[in-house]
Amino acid sequence: MANMSLYSRNDKIFVTVNMVLIGMFTISTLYPFIYIVALSMSSAFDARAGNVILTPVGFTLEAFNYVLSDPKFWNSYKNTFIYTIGGTLMSLAFIIPGAYALSRPQLAGRRFWNLMVAFTMWFNAGLIPFFLNFKELGLLDSYFGIIIGFAVNGFNIILLRNFFESVPRSFEEAARMDGANEFQVLWKVYVPLSKPAIATITLFCIVARWNGFFWAMILLQDANKIPLQVYLRHTIANLSDDHEFSTSLMDASYSFETVSGAIIVCSIIPVLIIYPFIMKYFQKGILLGGVKE
Amino acid sequence: MNKDTNSVLDKTEQLVTEGRIQRVGDHLKREWRLYVMLIPTIIWLLVFLYKPMYGLQVAFKDYSIFRGVAGSPWNGFEHFLALFNNDQFFRALRNTLIMSGYSLLFGFPLPIILALMFNEVLNKTFKKISQTIVYLPHFISSVIIASIVMTAFSPSAGIVNTIIGWFGIDPIYFLTKPEWFRPIFIGTGIWQEAGFQSIIFLAAIAGVSPTLYESAVVDGASRWQMIWKITLPSILPTILIMLIIRIGNILEISFEMVILLYQPATYETADVVNSFIFRQGILGGRYDFTAAAGLFNAVIAFILVMAANALSKRYSRISLW
Repeated sequence: MANMSLYSRNDKIFVTVNMVLIGMFTISTLYPFIYIVALSMSSAFDARAGNVILTPVGFTLEAFNYVLSDPKFWNSYKNTFIYTIGGTLMSLAFIIPGAYALSRPQLAGRRFWNLMVAFTMWFNAGLIPFFLNFKELGLLDSYFGIIIGFAVNGFNIILLRNFFESVPRSFEEAARMDGANEFQVLWKVYVPLSKPAIATITLFCIVARWNGFFWAMILLQDANKIPLQVYLRHTIANLSDDHEFSTSLMDASYSFETVSGAIIVCSIIPVLIIYPFIMKYFQKGILLGGVKE
Repeated sequence: MNKDTNSVLDKTEQLVTEGRIQRVGDHLKREWRLYVMLIPTIIWLLVFLYKPMYGLQVAFKDYSIFRGVAGSPWNGFEHFLALFNNDQFFRALRNTLIMSGYSLLFGFPLPIILALMFNEVLNKTFKKISQTIVYLPHFISSVIIASIVMTAFSPSAGIVNTIIGWFGIDPIYFLTKPEWFRPIFIGTGIWQEAGFQSIIFLAAIAGVSPTLYESAVVDGASRWQMIWKITLPSILPTILIMLIIRIGNILEISFEMVILLYQPATYETADVVNSFIFRQGILGGRYDFTAAAGLFNAVIAFILVMAANALSKRYSRISLW
């Protein structure tokens, strides 16, 4: 943008007002998270009384103690890791070779295969047929079912296919001269050149898996197999319904509010850890796939 | 003569077919690796996405769990007739359109305004920090967002009731009040997505030629004038396309968030088509009837999306696929 000396006095006021407004929007985005963190570390009495606004009141880590001592919490955490890592690797195993094949001009019926992928983005059969199909395949209540059942996604394939198509042909010529076959060209030429696109898709998959809730809730009845998001939902829904909990714990060191806060904090931390990587690749990725000329 | 011609023709055809088979054979011999790479994805699509489309026939069947999708007897359009006489389905359809409409009305302009504002920030560090924060909620799961909403709006201790208490207003149990569901749902959606959606407009702004601004500076234009006369007109095509896409997706509502936030007391304003299908179908076991609701929804959504894409293709070279 232009040099600040070129700005008139009015412009400087404008720039300042603009910054204040953005600052306000930023704070209103951040505030709910600060509020939850403050709640999670407050005493049950102060949380109930509505005394918590910005910082913990009556600081205590009892709510975290309650959450972290629940073996079901750790089990669901472990499950989420299994679904996230297994599911992401499974997605990449399908998407990378699939997108590469679809990007090759010599593939017979290329238009048809591409249409077959794209059509799934425009039309889907809906919840019920998908659910019944899962059931008939015998994949209910199975780790493998969750990992394989959501592996492919038309959007990700097309995103990566577009990226492969944009790689200039000259890059693969040397490898071709050396007699490399398609597997080798993909692995030695296209995959290294496509690191940003593959990183983007990997992050897409990780975030979708980590946050996945609805289908995990529907397809997994076995409490030992549920992921963190379903555990979180069950626990918070039970706590808020459970008047026993609310009343019997009036004088306990944790309450619905502080325990909810603690579970939320615990499940958000891994997202915050990978967030810098997301920021690095996502903006590029979303533009890569979102609008195609 | 005729006989001869025929036999020659037969012979030619045979040779052509053989040639074709040979060419296909050669092609496969040379390029089989490509098909090995493609086939897993195609099989996956067939098993997990195309087979359910075939399974949509339950919408025209009297489904029995024991007979399965294929073995259940046909019953024509009975489920569709029942659907069109079902008040709850129409309520869900109406709620979907109302909530999508309001989300569009209030949620569409904000990312554009945000992008314009971000573009005017000169301090790079400030810009980076604020962008990092406003994109964050997009990556947080709907369960966590819903839990935050439930906590913040809780009647006993929630911050919202604390604040309105300062003004002498009695606590309101927001999530049990039908009249509060839509504002809370739509507000939450905007809070979660507005920042992230500004990315696409920021990218469009980044593509505006700097020479336009330079000559405007020479002419003594103010920043405010440049926004209205240069930036906005330049990104208008992007705005139009995003608008068309949003209208095309008007039946897509984040029903996951609806399921997480609604309760029987608020169904009348909160229930959307997919939450209706989820409750009656998956929880209630009326698979055939709700598959009909899903098919109805999917067909209309498909038509809307195709129309939107055709429109955006017509007005620009950009289309979604």
